[in-house]
Amino acid sequence: MSTQMSTPMIEQLAGKGAARAARRKLHGVDKRPGWLTYCALAAVVLISFYPIWFTILLASSNAGEIARNPIPSLIPAGEFLTNVTRVIESDIKFWTALANSIIVSTVTAISVVFFSTLAGYSFAKLRFRGSNGLLVFVIATMAVPTQLSIVPLFILMSELDWVGKLQAVIVPGMVTAFGVFWMTQYLREALPFELIEAARVDGASMIRTFWSVAMPAARPAAAMLALFTFVGSWTNFFWPFIILGSANPTLPVALQLLQASYFKDYSLIMAGVVVATLPLVILFAVAGRQLVAGIMQGAVKG
Amino acid sequence: MNQQLTRSQRLSRLDVKASPYLYISPFFILFFIVGLFPLVYTAWVSVHDWHLIGGQGEMVGLTNYIDVLQQPNFFKALRNTFSIFLLSSVPQVLAAIVIAYLLDTNLRAKTFWRMGVLLPYVVAPVAVSLIFAKIFADQSGLVNAVLEILGTSPIGWHADPFAAHVAIATMVNFRWTGYNALIFLAAMQAIPREIYEAAIIDGANRWRTFFSVTVPMLRPTIIFVVITSTIGGLQIFDEPRMFDTLGQGGADRQWMTLTMYIYELGWGAQKSFGRAAAVSWLLFLIIIAVGVINFLITRSISSSSSGKAGR
Repeated sequence: MSTQMSTPMIEQLAGKGAARAARRKLHGVDKRPGWLTYCALAAVVLISFYPIWFTILLASSNAGEIARNPIPSLIPAGEFLTNVTRVIESDIKFWTALANSIIVSTVTAISVVFFSTLAGYSFAKLRFRGSNGLLVFVIATMAVPTQLSIVPLFILMSELDWVGKLQAVIVPGMVTAFGVFWMTQYLREALPFELIEAARVDGASMIRTFWSVAMPAARPAAAMLALFTFVGSWTNFFWPFIILGSANPTLPVALQLLQASYFKDYSLIMAGVVVATLPLVILFAVAGRQLVAGIMQGAVKG
Repeated sequence: MNQQLTRSQRLSRLDVKASPYLYISPFFILFFIVGLFPLVYTAWVSVHDWHLIGGQGEMVGLTNYIDVLQQPNFFKALRNTFSIFLLSSVPQVLAAIVIAYLLDTNLRAKTFWRMGVLLPYVVAPVAVSLIFAKIFADQSGLVNAVLEILGTSPIGWHADPFAAHVAIATMVNFRWTGYNALIFLAAMQAIPREIYEAAIIDGANRWRTFFSVTVPMLRPTIIFVVITSTIGGLQIFDEPRMFDTLGQGGADRQWMTLTMYIYELGWGAQKSFGRAAAVSWLLFLIIIAVGVINFLITRSISSSSSGKAGR
């Protein structure tokens, strides 16, 4: 092995397996990383995890204990359920907030997936005049800072008499530029023209073709889009805070109320944080892989 | 019979012609109502006397802009917004690239590490803020308690503007660094391995490869991440709003951001939609300007380092 060959050359001469072996041997590109890499990554994961653990520790303690020990012991105390009960019984309308968050996030996710798939299918697979220009326009709208439009949006909502109502949060988010772009990119590759043509030859109408051919093909990307939309909707604060207020809150708005009225009692506040975050942590445990894959796919395409 | 056939043919042709537009129309209709129209209408509101409850008043020209630009609070908010933005975006992008570089090795249990760095993403900004408000509490806060053990004097996280900005930027970084690391990781994996091999054959060590192969190849992704974090970062609201219980950005407005200022003008004591709209428009222009500057800087930095690699 005194003359060094580049691996594409080896691949040409001896096939893929040999190239991979050579790569490992020669250059260390595919070599397992050393313990230093693992230590550094462990530190990163610890920094990601500790604040969450810290919250659980405080949520299972009590106000007096927290005041005495700013650095909590590493094992949770036993008052978590007591604190959760206090959150539920406090005047933040916990059940309303939970129900509102579930409704808003679910309806938004379903709606975004449906309308984005519909538009994405049209952009990816149907021929129509102006399609390229319109797609560029959709992408460009992603750069519009929407939070700055809150004044007219608020005026619009008061004209509609929607202030304090859930539709004021749901309707503006029913279809997103990101969603349309995402589904367009996916369907371009995942849905062969032959399938569409076959359905059309069989006499299916356009919408029927969409429903029975495009929707099933879009499923993997649609699931990821639903996940991201759900997380985004669940964690959204600014607009619900302005338009819903304390009368009809979502969970983040309720957390803000909890902080405003019980700011001295960290065990209560942290119990609220845990309860509001738990659904997404469960979602993360079940579908974390998809979230990771979704971010990485979006990055390559975007 | 014959006529019916042509009618159904005509319908079918209409179906083919109109359907594509019909399918994309929900996005455009919604965007015009809740995106474009409000943006333009913001300009209209900003040149009027406009009250939260009283509604539209007289047209006042640029008075709202002049009023706002004479307020020290506007410039405080501008300073705070930029300070928090820089403290969050710069370290975040650098850390994300390094983490991605660590993840882009042939690790055991890849999925575990990737999910590990992404975990904070599922914690809502409001929840993150409540957690870090306790960690950075002036009395009985975690960080100050650790500092005391180390024998250093505690930091006034709320009194000192810079310390407050660091605390708030930390909240943003906590939630988004891992997310951005995964974006960079995806971009790194798209770099052909042969380029690394060629660099190693040429005698480049790990550091040299990182700076002259990885970073230049990441250029489009860096631009993408920087621009999205600019658009989001300059509108920051949740974290500074929740940094204390009053939510006004501190007694001296030392951590009040521009979006908080918009909220205070429109829904606070003044209830002036006109002024809130004026600040919205100013912030819009600032975001565009910073976006363009960012783009130019990122482009020149990455192209100069790729220039080095070429030599």
